[in-house]
Amino acid sequence: MSGDGERGAARPPRVLITKIGLDGHDRGSRLVATFLRDAGMEVVYTGPWQEIATVVVMADQEDVDVIGVSSLASDHLIVPDLMAALAEAGLGHVAVVVGGVVPDGEEQLLRDAGVAEIFHPGSAREDIVRRIASLAAQARGAE
Amino acid sequence: MGDYEDAKARWQDRYGSTDDERRNRSGIPLEPLYGPDDWDSSRTMADLGFPGEAPTTRGIHDSMHRGRPWSPRLVVGFGLPEDYNARMRALVESGITGLYVAPCNSHMRGFDADAVPRALLGTCGTVISTSEDLAICLEGLAIDTQSTSLGDTAPYTLSAMLFKVARDRSIPWTALAGTTNQSDYLSHAAALHMFFRVSLPGQRRLLLDHIEWMLREAPRWNALSVVGQHIQQAGATPAEAMGLTLSTAIQYAEDLIARGHEADAVLPRFSFFFDISISFFEEVAKFRAGRRIWNRVTRERFTARDPRAQRFRFHAQTSGVDLTRQQPLNNIARVAVQAMAGIFGGLQSLHTDSYDEALGTPTAPAAQIAVATQTILQHEAHLDDVIDPLGGSFYVERLTDEMEAEIEAVMARIEDAGGMYRAVESGLVQRMIGESARRAQERLERGEDKQVGVTVHRQADDPGERPPPQARPDPARLDAYLARLDAFKAARDQAAVQATLDALARACSRPDDNIHGRVVAATLADATHGEICATVRNELGTGEPLVVA
Repeated sequence: MSGDGERGAARPPRVLITKIGLDGHDRGSRLVATFLRDAGMEVVYTGPWQEIATVVVMADQEDVDVIGVSSLASDHLIVPDLMAALAEAGLGHVAVVVGGVVPDGEEQLLRDAGVAEIFHPGSAREDIVRRIASLAAQARGAE
Repeated sequence: MGDYEDAKARWQDRYGSTDDERRNRSGIPLEPLYGPDDWDSSRTMADLGFPGEAPTTRGIHDSMHRGRPWSPRLVVGFGLPEDYNARMRALVESGITGLYVAPCNSHMRGFDADAVPRALLGTCGTVISTSEDLAICLEGLAIDTQSTSLGDTAPYTLSAMLFKVARDRSIPWTALAGTTNQSDYLSHAAALHMFFRVSLPGQRRLLLDHIEWMLREAPRWNALSVVGQHIQQAGATPAEAMGLTLSTAIQYAEDLIARGHEADAVLPRFSFFFDISISFFEEVAKFRAGRRIWNRVTRERFTARDPRAQRFRFHAQTSGVDLTRQQPLNNIARVAVQAMAGIFGGLQSLHTDSYDEALGTPTAPAAQIAVATQTILQHEAHLDDVIDPLGGSFYVERLTDEMEAEIEAVMARIEDAGGMYRAVESGLVQRMIGESARRAQERLERGEDKQVGVTVHRQADDPGERPPPQARPDPARLDAYLARLDAFKAARDQAAVQATLDALARACSRPDDNIHGRVVAATLADATHGEICATVRNELGTGEPLVVA
């Protein structure tokens, strides 16, 4: 029987790319999903307007290491609610990153809630891929 | 031409062989120099003509900006209705001549403010749930002498609310001028933006009913704004955005004609809304080519005779995708260049982005600079003195021809797919946009496109360069707003509200009834936006976005 460590070492990082809240601008989330797939990761792409509860269920069922939330129109303000829901579901090991428009004054709100990384507009593909790969490795180690 | 050919050969020798092949965003190869052999000036009358007559390449009005300056218009939407009102009054003082109402995303998704996460209220658009809210937004602002553009999506409750505000101010509906600026449901579905909430067939009916009702009750109103802006922001190239938009307009025209309308009766109220990227000459050519094609389509395909039915009237907005978070003041320069491309392209009204658009909701000082950018271009740079000033440039005319061919190729692809409705329903358009977004990213990564401060000339991040962000709505004021919404709902004649909502529900299953008339009646009876949307969703079904990644 293979242990968690072995399974973790064998499989590529699994990432859920989603948008929660009210906004549908999805150019960034689609591109990032493509970046990660091109880099060999397994990506579950949900499309916009997801409920937090749905994202938690999908993250659990798909056994993802990282959740990437795209926010262009202030939807990042409910990411702390997502963090709480993940913790409650026993998914506290899953790393959450936010990409998009996050004003300076609100970064701390996300960091305090446990968001692992914030990718601002203009982030380079290689930086995003490298950071998510490293967070996925950490998340698997912590599982 | 002997001298010309000789001189050209000598120049080519001096210039030397080159391997720096360049293409614009639409994929058109760019030569280092254009001359008289690149554009056949004997076709001046056929391809350019004069402003105000076919083929309208040089502009739709006889005097264009010299006699009819473009109207500066700024998308404004944040906070509560009172916040909107204060910002808009200040902007009118500084030169804005048309109003624009951008409602909160809660509204865009079809809900009242009390039905969405509180943290999101008023963070992107102004909270508007009732006609009382819109009345507060517009207090002290003239809605009869200036036009009002509404970020209004199916089932078009904002325009119904505006009609109630007009009635309360004793302004006849026939005096109202403005635009249902987000009525183009196909562009929303294609670009997967925030508005998808009613099923595609349902949205088709809602739009046609809206147009018909507005034609009858408010003949000065533009019930249809065909939008290329979303599509280009989502990734389409300038040529694709223009082609897809014209294909959309053809779809709507055919839908109206199928209902028995004459082209000459409906086409005069068509208007367009485009994105202006920083690819300067490409954008100028995009607009000139689009105007020429639409003029031809109205005459040849729809046999429109009325010159007003042949006009390609458009509003345009500078592209937010081209703006950067890095060294944000640089965005002022970008917006000025984009605005110039739109002006030389012959637009009728213009929104200029605030330089802090890439940082969050625009702040008041940044919005003032965005307006001043337009007034400086008009009054100081004198861009309104001469009509179509780039017309006759070898490059611009050649590029206009090439963009026209590229746009027509996109339109042919959509036509082959059965028209725009089918092409959106099948996901073809969504895939085209996604592929182009990916190619645009690759252009940036290969250095074919560059962004100062992002891909070239990068500097250390300095938070001090970023202005303090727009304040989020104050929780105490949000509480007061939600209490006011409760009071509004409690004070109504509930039986009358229910009766109008029931009539709305029945109209949805009766093709001979007009749904928009029922939306207006419900709004006059003080039904809320959320109640009307819920009724329509129940009857016409909700749409599922077609996710393509």
